[in-house]
Amino acid sequence: MVNQAETAGIRAEGLKGNIPDGLTLELRRYWEVLDGVPDPEIPVISVVDLGIVTRLTVAEDGAVRVILTPTFAGCPALRWMEKTVQEALLEAGASVVEVQTTFENPWTSERISEAGREKIRNFGLAPPPRRRPGCSGPDLDALARAACPRCGSENTSMKSPFGPTLCRSLHYCFDCLEAFEQFKPL
Amino acid sequence: MTNQPLPTAPLARYLLHLADDQLVMGHRNSEWTGLGPILEEDIAFSSIAQDQVGHALAFYEYLNQECGLADPDQTAFNRPESLMVSSWLVEQPIGDYAFSLVRHWCYDQAVYLRYESLSQIQDPALQALATKLRGEVKYHTFHANTWMKSLLQGSEESRLRMLTALKEVWPMALGLFESWSGEKALMEQVGHAGQPWYPGERHLQQHWQAGALESLVLWSVDVEALGLHKVEPVLGGRQGYHSEHLASMLEEMTAVFRLDPQAEW
Repeated sequence: MVNQAETAGIRAEGLKGNIPDGLTLELRRYWEVLDGVPDPEIPVISVVDLGIVTRLTVAEDGAVRVILTPTFAGCPALRWMEKTVQEALLEAGASVVEVQTTFENPWTSERISEAGREKIRNFGLAPPPRRRPGCSGPDLDALARAACPRCGSENTSMKSPFGPTLCRSLHYCFDCLEAFEQFKPL
Repeated sequence: MTNQPLPTAPLARYLLHLADDQLVMGHRNSEWTGLGPILEEDIAFSSIAQDQVGHALAFYEYLNQECGLADPDQTAFNRPESLMVSSWLVEQPIGDYAFSLVRHWCYDQAVYLRYESLSQIQDPALQALATKLRGEVKYHTFHANTWMKSLLQGSEESRLRMLTALKEVWPMALGLFESWSGEKALMEQVGHAGQPWYPGERHLQQHWQAGALESLVLWSVDVEALGLHKVEPVLGGRQGYHSEHLASMLEEMTAVFRLDPQAEW
């Protein structure tokens, strides 16, 4: 699964990821480790690119503390992701790892990195439409004209706001005559 | 069973109303999994159920960490019926698809209004949570509106079934806004903008009802002929009095939990 994330990463080269700038070497190394942890439902994108890692700190005694936030509150993959993040950091040499999930920096689809959006598109899913200025919640009007990830056409229609996972909706493209899925804006 | 009494702090009690409604509604909606009239609706009700149980969990966690309630599993699965403060609307069996759809339409719009108000609270954690959850519920109300409109304006049979369901659901939907003992105190709490954040049940009901009736009129429903304006609300849920349906639902919902209440999951 990690390899898949790396492969898709090559195609999104040059686009900005979600690893913060100006980190110490140690912190950067841990962020890079997490950038290799795939999202279990869309394995081409890492938990970092998805934007669910909201904080990573290292205490003086070397203990690593990570804060995650769920995409959707009912996300069934959350416990799995907490465990995988913890294991990846322990494997990378951290002595103690504490992973906590909070809503203090709640997830929105704007947290997905540019590189992440491109990886989602390469995976065959339409990335979430960008939020228009002044719009405070998910922009459902934008969902009705999702761009087809295959041909780019906006001559599409939403078939259902609920798809195979909580974060995807179902669409149909009138130009390709094919169904597609969209990563939902939130 | 836990004998933990109901929380007396107004905020905790209010959040418990929200959480219990979401848990029970989520469980009922999950009963559509595998039975939906079309595949997309099967998926929709299952997804909505998943959201709702997730929302309940987020509130139970807050109640556990900040208000001293038992851990979320104990609070959700180990309470007698008389300590559940969910409304009558959510505990009713799924009925036919029209009933479940109309209930979903009424219920999620009410939840949306509650989250909107809760997002004005002073506590930054709850503020962030409510804003986040409100975004998720927007998908529920969008889904409900799409189907309400299409079935009320569809065939004669679909319309008749929807009207029948509306008559059945309405008194219990009004019961979502049952007044409760800590209401006044909570209405005095100042939110982050310096204004009270909780307008009280009466105000929420009026707001909800105005919006719902406006949509119904738009979809050519004669709300007076249907008698919706002179309906009495069905009350009792917020005080632990329930219809005969909650006990059997809890029995089923908690069956696995009760096999080993201390199990680690």
